Formats: sequence, C-alpha cells, structure tokens
Amino acid sequence: MSAREAVLRLTDVSRVHGSGANEVHALRSISFAAYPGELVAVMGPSGSGKSTLLTLAGGLDRPTSGMVTVEGTDLDRLSLDGRARMRRTSIGYVFQGFNLIPALTATENVALPRELDGVPARQAREDARRALAEVGIGELADRFPDDMSGGQQQRVAIARAVVGERRLILADEPTGALDTETGEEILRLLRARCDAGAAGVLVTHEARHAAWADRVVFLRDGVVIDETGADPVELLTEPAAR
Amino acid sequence: MSVKHALLALLEQQPMYGYQLRVEFEQRTGTTWPLNVGQVYTTLTRLERDGLAAARGEDAEGHVIYEITAAGRDEVASWFTTPVSRDQPPRDELAIKLALAVTVPGVDVGTVIQQQRSATMAALQDYTRLKRQAGRDVPTEPSDLAWSLVLDSLVFGAEAEIRWLDHCEARLRRAAIERPAAGTPTAAPASERSTR
Ligand SMILES: Nc1ncnc2c1ncn2[C@@H]1O[C@H](COP(=O)(O)OP(=O)(O)OP(=O)(O)O)[C@@H](O)[C@H]1O
Ligand SMILES: [Mg+2]
Repeated sequence: MSAREAVLRLTDVSRVHGSGANEVHALRSISFAAYPGELVAVMGPSGSGKSTLLTLAGGLDRPTSGMVTVEGTDLDRLSLDGRARMRRTSIGYVFQGFNLIPALTATENVALPRELDGVPARQAREDARRALAEVGIGELADRFPDDMSGGQQQRVAIARAVVGERRLILADEPTGALDTETGEEILRLLRARCDAGAAGVLVTHEARHAAWADRVVFLRDGVVIDETGADPVELLTEPAAR
Repeated sequence: MSVKHALLALLEQQPMYGYQLRVEFEQRTGTTWPLNVGQVYTTLTRLERDGLAAARGEDAEGHVIYEITAAGRDEVASWFTTPVSRDQPPRDELAIKLALAVTVPGVDVGTVIQQQRSATMAALQDYTRLKRQAGRDVPTEPSDLAWSLVLDSLVFGAEAEIRWLDHCEARLRRAAIERPAAGTPTAAPASERSTR
C-alpha cells in the first residue's frame, strides 16, 4: 500500500494485433502508472505504441496480457456497461482524430457524456459552456463541428475531456492542429486540471509540449526505454511492487 | 557572444558604471550567459581605447561612469542592422560528438542519443517551469519582456535539438535496416537503463 494510489496503472501489459506472419506487437510487457496531480507525457516515433497505450488505459481496447487498473478497478473485471460508465465519469479522452458527433453542437458534444450519466441537462450544458469558454471558444458554443476549423474542433474535444470531475485525462496529440500559442493554452488547462488533483497522460511528438509534464516517458517499439523527471513516489513504490 | 556590443547598447540608454552594466545585462538575459565584473571592466577599457565609450568622472561612491560616444552610437546602430553571421556556425559539441560516435567502432549511438534526449528534455522541462511561473500574460516591463524572449529562445533551441536527435535516430535505424552488416550502429534502446 502506498501513500498515494495510482489513478492509472498498467502492469506488464502487452497488446498483440493479428497473428502469425501479420503479428504486430504494439506493446511489449510494459508497466506504467500515473498518480493524482501528475501529468505524464508519452513520446515516441510513429508506430511505437503511444495510441495503443492510451486506448488500453481508457478501456477502449483490452490488453492481450497484463492488467490495467483505473482508481484501483481492474478494467477487465468490469462489464461492458461498467466500462462505458467508467469512461463517461472518471476518464476524459481526447482522441487523435477528434471524434465529435456531427449532428450535435459544440455544447451538446461536451454535455452528452454527462447527460448520459444522469447529470441534469441544464447543469451539464452550463458546465459545457464554461469548459468551452476555458478552451477559448465560448462564442462557438452553438456551432456544429462541420462549421468549425480543425483547431476549433480540437478544442471542443478537449473541453469534452476535461469537463466534470474526471480523475484521469488521456489526451492523444491534443495540440496537433493548433498553433503554438493555442497549444500552450491547452497545456495550461491540462496542467491546471492535474494540479487540481487529476492524473493526466499526454501523448505528443512535440518536445515543447511534453515539457509541461512532470515526467516524460519514451516509447520505442512498444517498450518504455527511458523517462525523465521520475516521480520519487514511483521510484519508491515500483521496486517493491516487482 | 559580443559582450562589446551588448554593453555599448546598454550605454546607449544611459551612462552607467561597470557593476550596473552587469546587472542590467542580466536583467534582460537571466543568468544564461553570466558576465563577470572583470570581463565588464576589460571590455569598457577596450571600448574607451577604441573611442566608442568614454569615462566621464565618478559618482558619489567613486564608481567610474561611462558614456557612449558618437562613434559608439554608430557602432550600435550598425550592430543592430547587421544580421548575426551564420557562415561560421558556433562549434556544436553535440553534433561533433554524434559525428564521431557514428564513425568510432563500438559506440552505442542509440544510447548516446537517448541520454542526450533525456538530458535536453529535462532542461526543456526546467525552462517550461520558469515560463509557467511567469504566467500567461505577456510581460509589459521591457526587461521582463526581454528575459521572456531569451527564455523562448532557450525553449526553441532545446526543442530543435530534440527534433534533430529524433531525426538522427530515425536515419540510423533506416541505415541499420538497409545495411544490416556487423558493426552497424544500432539505434536500439539502452534497455538495461529502463529496467526500473
Ligand atoms: N487494429 C490494429 N491492427 C493491427 N495493427 C495495429 C492496430 N492498431 C495499431 N496497430 C499497430 O500497432 C503499432 C502501434 O500503433 P499505435 O497506433 O499505438 O502507434 P502510435 O505510437 O500511436 O503512432 P502515431 O504516432 O503514428 O500515432 C503500429 O505498428 C500499428 O501499425
Ligand atoms: Mg497514435
């Protein structure tokens, strides 16, 4: 038992796609944790397994072997419903593509997961508008995704991921379509959520954005090869866990 | 770095004594390129010899005050309007180190690259922490603005170095795949360092 429980923990996780000659080892037995208050960046070349790591962490995919826990719950033990619920309430996810629903306005996109989860519509929409204002597009609250630029859609996706009391925020290249200035605003926002107690995992290929994190983890061919700024708690707890 | 021109440019604002010049310089550049007082005084002596600045007496505490001359003003103007030369890039230890690592047998270039990447990333994290402390507002005080621009320059420099390292690694991997002969430098990870 450590003083702080990890919000996210991957233990010895592998993910193999396909079989036989087409077998791809996207992740090879990696262990990874993110603690409350911590922002961890994941860097690595294309195909190194960054998105795979994130989809497993977000319960959108299941490991071939190993265990993924979010706030102590083994995602594999949850029913399909349980996992969907976890995704709506505890986990904010920014997809590499934005995954917005074209038939819904920005506000509705942001409010939807919470409304599904029983938050009264009025409040969910009020929170959604506030989150949109935080990412700098308050004036676009009633627009549909198709009527927005790539960077604006990206900000809607970010607002959707950070709204409410998400404990774990997973962001796959959230600054991809943004200019440096706007990208920095988004990092400030992610950082603020983590400083307020959430755990964040940020996949990025931009060093200047990764530098906002407390730790930077380097992936190569599905393996963690190195990390900077290792959290002392992690260093203290990991050896004991092995 | 041209200490001479930096000091002249400061004197253009107002007459100052040596220690004051050092303080003003560091207010604009942080302690990124520390100047020692001795260096400031030798430079002032040279500026005086060349007729670009002149001592104009002492203040109440006995500090020798220097002021810029007309020739000095011309020199500053031409410094600002002449681009920094790139025909003789400053010696880059990292580029030289990698160039040698690739050619000297038995060096694990992948490890050299990754160690550097981690170190540069850690420095970039430090710069970013300084930027975060400064907050999101653009500083209005000229010397704060100057320092924040210098900080940005450090950020861009570290970022460029990391991108270059990524690029080197990718090229080494390609070379290793296309020419899998013995002794080829591998960009394979230093796996023994990651077993935490
Ligand atoms: N559904 C799938 N079927 C087969 N292979 C897959 C599948 N999804 C991912 N892969 C493979 O797994 C490896 C890791 O993919 P992943 O998407 O995690 O990489 P990434 O690090 O996110 O890359 P990028 O920077 O390009 O987004 C790649 O080789 C990829 O081709
Ligand atoms: Mg990806």
